[in-house]
Amino acid sequence: MITKSLKMVTAATALLALLYSCGGSDTGQMMEGDAAQQAYVAPGEYDEYYAFMSGGYSGQITAYGLPSGRLLKEIPVFSQYPENGYGYSEETKPMFNTSYGFVPWDDSHHIELSQTEGEFDGRWLFVNGNNTPRIARIDLTTFETVEILEIPDVAGLHCAPFITENSEYLVSGTRFSVPIPQKDVPIDTYKENFKGLINYVTVDPEHGHMDLAFQIEMPGFNYDLARNGKAVSHGWSFVTTYNSEQEHTLLEVNASQKDKDLMAVINWKKAEEYLEQGKFTERETSYFHNLMDEGSGIVNSTERTTTRILDPKECPDMVYFIPVPKSPHGCDVDPTGEYIVGNGKLSADMSVYSFSKIMKAIEDENFDGEFDGIPIINYEAALHGIVEKPGLGPLHTEFDGRGNAYTTFFISSEVVKWDVVSKEILDRQPTFYSPGHLVIPGGETRNPDGKYLVAMNKITKDRYLPTGPELAHSAQLFDISGDKMKLILDFPTKAEPHYAQAIAADKIQPNSVKFFDIESNTHPHATMGESRSRVERKGNEVHVYMTAIRSHLAPDNIEGIKLGDQVYFHLTNLEQDWDVPHGLAIQGATNAELLVMPGQTRTLLWEPKRQGVFAFYCTDFCSALHQEMSGYIRVSPQGSDVPLKWGLNEELHNDEEAALEFQENARKLANSQ
Amino acid sequence: MALSPNLSTSRWFQLAAVIALAGVFVFPLWQITLEAAQFPGGLQMHIWINKVSGSDKHIVKNINILNHYIGMQAIHPESIPELKYFPFVAYAMMALGLLGIWINKVWYYGFWFLLLAILGALGIYDFYLWLYDYGHNLDPKAPIEVPGMSYMPPLLGEKDLLNFYVKSYPHFGGLGLGLAVLLGFASFWTKWKFNKMQ
Repeated sequence: MITKSLKMVTAATALLALLYSCGGSDTGQMMEGDAAQQAYVAPGEYDEYYAFMSGGYSGQITAYGLPSGRLLKEIPVFSQYPENGYGYSEETKPMFNTSYGFVPWDDSHHIELSQTEGEFDGRWLFVNGNNTPRIARIDLTTFETVEILEIPDVAGLHCAPFITENSEYLVSGTRFSVPIPQKDVPIDTYKENFKGLINYVTVDPEHGHMDLAFQIEMPGFNYDLARNGKAVSHGWSFVTTYNSEQEHTLLEVNASQKDKDLMAVINWKKAEEYLEQGKFTERETSYFHNLMDEGSGIVNSTERTTTRILDPKECPDMVYFIPVPKSPHGCDVDPTGEYIVGNGKLSADMSVYSFSKIMKAIEDENFDGEFDGIPIINYEAALHGIVEKPGLGPLHTEFDGRGNAYTTFFISSEVVKWDVVSKEILDRQPTFYSPGHLVIPGGETRNPDGKYLVAMNKITKDRYLPTGPELAHSAQLFDISGDKMKLILDFPTKAEPHYAQAIAADKIQPNSVKFFDIESNTHPHATMGESRSRVERKGNEVHVYMTAIRSHLAPDNIEGIKLGDQVYFHLTNLEQDWDVPHGLAIQGATNAELLVMPGQTRTLLWEPKRQGVFAFYCTDFCSALHQEMSGYIRVSPQGSDVPLKWGLNEELHNDEEAALEFQENARKLANSQ
Repeated sequence: MALSPNLSTSRWFQLAAVIALAGVFVFPLWQITLEAAQFPGGLQMHIWINKVSGSDKHIVKNINILNHYIGMQAIHPESIPELKYFPFVAYAMMALGLLGIWINKVWYYGFWFLLLAILGALGIYDFYLWLYDYGHNLDPKAPIEVPGMSYMPPLLGEKDLLNFYVKSYPHFGGLGLGLAVLLGFASFWTKWKFNKMQ
């Protein structure tokens, strides 16, 4: 059945594509003569922009250089990353704590860079986890995930984490409405039991720490995407919804019946007033806040148990709806803050709203009824105009700061440039194939840098050499500085980038940390100097205080470990130079390796499974004698009298006292059994 | 206008010489730069009258890490005695220089600049001995041994040492010292001229 309907959709799509792509040029002819030169960044030269792309089902973020399309780094966020031990090391494991327990994966969708006065400030980057609703913060001085906040009582946090122009709030909404609080009810009681929440998370302006300020309880729709007002519309949020039919099964048909769905228009300054007046209800719930301590690199995880709910029925003038043609996806606000583009993904036309007209309609109470006590603004009264037949399947729009908008069309596989005020279509270029989001550096800010545009495609097919059934996604870079968009680069991307944001390199590059200052390392298990490296036993817990510096680990010979021990390797990298990480791999480790940056301490738990002598070594080719950077750990049977010893190029130290204590404990244990 | 020394010319030169000498406390005496592909911009080590520093605060540590592969001793500035007593020698010479302004005698100016020149030369010779020792006194268990190779950086000039290209030149402090000798000579010479004119 599924296959059959998929085939039908594909056939219909192909037909529509045929209808709409007349005049499209041959893909091979697209590259112009000097295109390669425009995207060329000579060896040793730097890119002009960083582009941060979400990883979709990888749960991570990738950083690319533009215009070269060079992959600079994959930043692990919502998925464990054995490559450097993120989510495996004792310090970072708590980053994955949620009210569901340890969740080692998520689906990351939308990148939001922190803003000051409507422009990117290059401090932090936020991204949502879709599946187990979470928002993460990445510090752009270290390119590390430093905080994850769970969002309670929502399902599928797709509509997230959209930022306001001074990073006051990260706004998010539930993609799937669910019973709130969760309860065991028949699914077909959707209309009576299911609700949606729109969440406002504050960002501390000094440290970036996130905090759930309040949640607005909304009708049970699917909240899809949002944007916040800027400049004239600052203080307002715009949230698209679909499934205003409130169906719970075969959504592709049942949620596509109405001619128009609804976009929520939220006055968050009003919400702040209601909050101040105490017009909220406090509800018991459970969600986790995981924050990395800067000095030690240790993640502290705390459970939070209350949330504040605002109900639009009791808080008038806070939330409105406005009709949007058929199942809208993105809603995007132009740099002036006046125009809001509703991308109705199943509609042939696009609606552009005017903020001042919305305000006027609200003032005149020009409403077309209400839904659940929320007034519905008259569609025509708020409309700036309609972009007629721009293409098929509009998804997302970005702006160039010169009065133009650029919209991706999934079904007709193209990017279309149009004039925001006149709504006139100016240019269209095919993409390969079926773009989702697009990004222009600063394209969602008050001050876009309209030089490049990257379209991120959902379908790759024949763009690159084939790699079996699973293909990298494809992206195309366009030069948009002229009247016509010009394709200048085509490059594969990791996993599935949804949204991306790009920022001028000089807002990030000067602040990039080269290494961690070892004098600021406050890790309780740090080893400050090779002479302090040691091994300590506490019952069946063994703590190895190990240091790494070119080209040896200290200690590199360890004896006196027994089967049944839990051995914690606390590795401190003593280097204080740029780009000298050291790794630690231990034979038989059932978790991962550690990759430790200079000045940092990281801990890996190793539980020996057999007796014998096992090797460990540095995994990062750190120096000419990297291959020599290794050691041995001896594992003896339980109850053996091999004393605890350790050393580096010397007689092994003998911790007689610790050994005796252990024997004493072992004897007690044996007697008690 | 020809130089026609008057009563106080020599004193002014002597004062200038003392100020130039004081520069050794403000700037490094010498700079040794190590250049290699993996170190963009090079590693700059600065030798001061009382310390060893570099282009960043970890430079000595990082050079020691590299040097241990070829068996060079680690540089421990706190165990180099010269760095402790050289500052006192410099202070003494500055005091003696100021005394000269008061005495203002040709023999005293001559004595001061010659003493400074001799001490300066001895200092450079001492520096040479340290460089020789670091370059030749190698650990026999060094991981990397190149037969016949020693690693003495040049005292003045540039040289290839394995993967590094090493440049060694005086820094402002060292130039100030040289200038102090010249200015000391100038006060001696102008005083001598002045006496002859009288």
